[in-house]
Amino acid sequence: MKLIHKLIRTPEGIAGFVILAILIIISASASLIAPGDPLRIAGQALLAPFSDMNLPLGTDRLGRDVLAGIVHGARTSLFVGTAAALAAITLGLCVGLIAGLAGGLVDEILMRVVDAFQIVPGFLLALAFVSVMGASLPVVVIAIALGAWADPARLTRAQVRSIRERDYIAAARVIGMHPAEIAVRQILPQAVPPVLAVSATIVAAAILTEAALSFLGLGDPNTVTWGSMIAEGRNVLRSSPWLSIIPGIALVTTVIGVYLLSEGLAKALSGTHAALTPREGERS
Amino acid sequence: MTLLSVENLRKHYSSGDRDVAAVDGVSFSLSAGETLGIAGASGSGKSTLARLILRLAEPEAGTIHFEGQNWLALQGAKLRGNRARMQMVFQDIHGAFHPTATVGSVLDDPLRIHRIATKKDRPGEIARLLDRVGLAAADAHRPVHQLSGGQRQRVAIARAISTRPSLIVLDEAVSALDVQVRNRILKLLVELQREQGISYLFISHDLAVLRAVSHRLAIMDTGRIVEYGRTTDMIDSPQSAAGHALVSAVPRLTLAGRPKNTV
Repeated sequence: MKLIHKLIRTPEGIAGFVILAILIIISASASLIAPGDPLRIAGQALLAPFSDMNLPLGTDRLGRDVLAGIVHGARTSLFVGTAAALAAITLGLCVGLIAGLAGGLVDEILMRVVDAFQIVPGFLLALAFVSVMGASLPVVVIAIALGAWADPARLTRAQVRSIRERDYIAAARVIGMHPAEIAVRQILPQAVPPVLAVSATIVAAAILTEAALSFLGLGDPNTVTWGSMIAEGRNVLRSSPWLSIIPGIALVTTVIGVYLLSEGLAKALSGTHAALTPREGERS
Repeated sequence: MTLLSVENLRKHYSSGDRDVAAVDGVSFSLSAGETLGIAGASGSGKSTLARLILRLAEPEAGTIHFEGQNWLALQGAKLRGNRARMQMVFQDIHGAFHPTATVGSVLDDPLRIHRIATKKDRPGEIARLLDRVGLAAADAHRPVHQLSGGQRQRVAIARAISTRPSLIVLDEAVSALDVQVRNRILKLLVELQREQGISYLFISHDLAVLRAVSHRLAIMDTGRIVEYGRTTDMIDSPQSAAGHALVSAVPRLTLAGRPKNTV
């Protein structure tokens, strides 16, 4: 909770926090703002924004409400982004912790697997995975996570390897602490913060990857996403550019919000570490 | 009675294509209630020796017998259980504690792991340990990182004696402290030894410190013990080059009349 306090004290943190809070509120109340199926035909086709107050952001080629698409698309983007990042970070933390602690052959094998995932472009991997497994929301989440877990794994391993050489780990061993307790209570809490700082970047990348997959028609066809809206608008880009621009703005805003939050988070975390130096002790 | 006997201990580290013998055939023994000082310049292998004895690193050859057991044969849960008998105090007063640990949690862990006190009795036991090392019971709630260097080293000593060990390995335990604090910590260590009959393996580069606490002294150089004997004899007339170098690094020992040994 102290972290949140520190986070909202940085300008980046507060800006990102506000943007994401608004997005979360919008996606949570999507059914109130735009009730019904966002994919249903709501009115006249290709209505320009602000010409009809019932359809404030206009309609697309099939007469679907753009506002409903944006609002419901926010839900998909945020869900896919956070779920994929969560899966990638969890997997990366586990693999990195095991590789860093075990060392030797286990480390060697795990890190070669990480290498294999790192050399394949994440987007290509996601594209191939979705093509094989078929487009649905869980498959898209897994596909994005597959391309994103290698970085946190590498970072965690490097952290663990540096932490386990510290004297307090030796001290824990000397008092007879079980290796599992050392891993979970002594090493993991110190290895997580730097990984947390890059997690927001992973969320932003996941949101963009999801949009790109949808743009290529590989998103879940039954849910409206910003990527598929941009793709849909591409056909009438010259006559009705707003169909691509509006979801584009939504996408950019979300990613900027996530990045700002990540910046604030990184600052707040480094602040927490600074507070642990003896400087703090002199006051008391 | 021999508490610890080390025979022909060896440990190599390879850095690149170079093979460095950190500990190269070290043998010594230590009796109950005795302090053996190990002196040597940086890189002489004394810290590696400490890590080998504490089973933080494994030697390539040699034997260690501790409390009549083949210490190197112990593994897993058996080793962890026996670790209560041998504790350590390290030099690095900043790195020796988990960054977010409180004084109480540092002392709670060994008491819990070795079932020395029940959950209910632990706060009382922690207060007793803190009192013994000259800290207040109320300090249990303070983060270790708010303490001064001397206070931290007192917490480290409290942690070391919490499991009631027969041997404590001190690796440059007072080197990071200023002279006044250092003398108070040394006094505490000597008191604890008198009370509880704990043996110390006291590693330091500073002969002035070792003269104050150790009964016997071994001087290490490039992984070997080059001199071994009574502390007073060795400081009066060092035989080896490394011994001469260490004695001459402490000019006040030879300039003025030597003060009486406190031990």
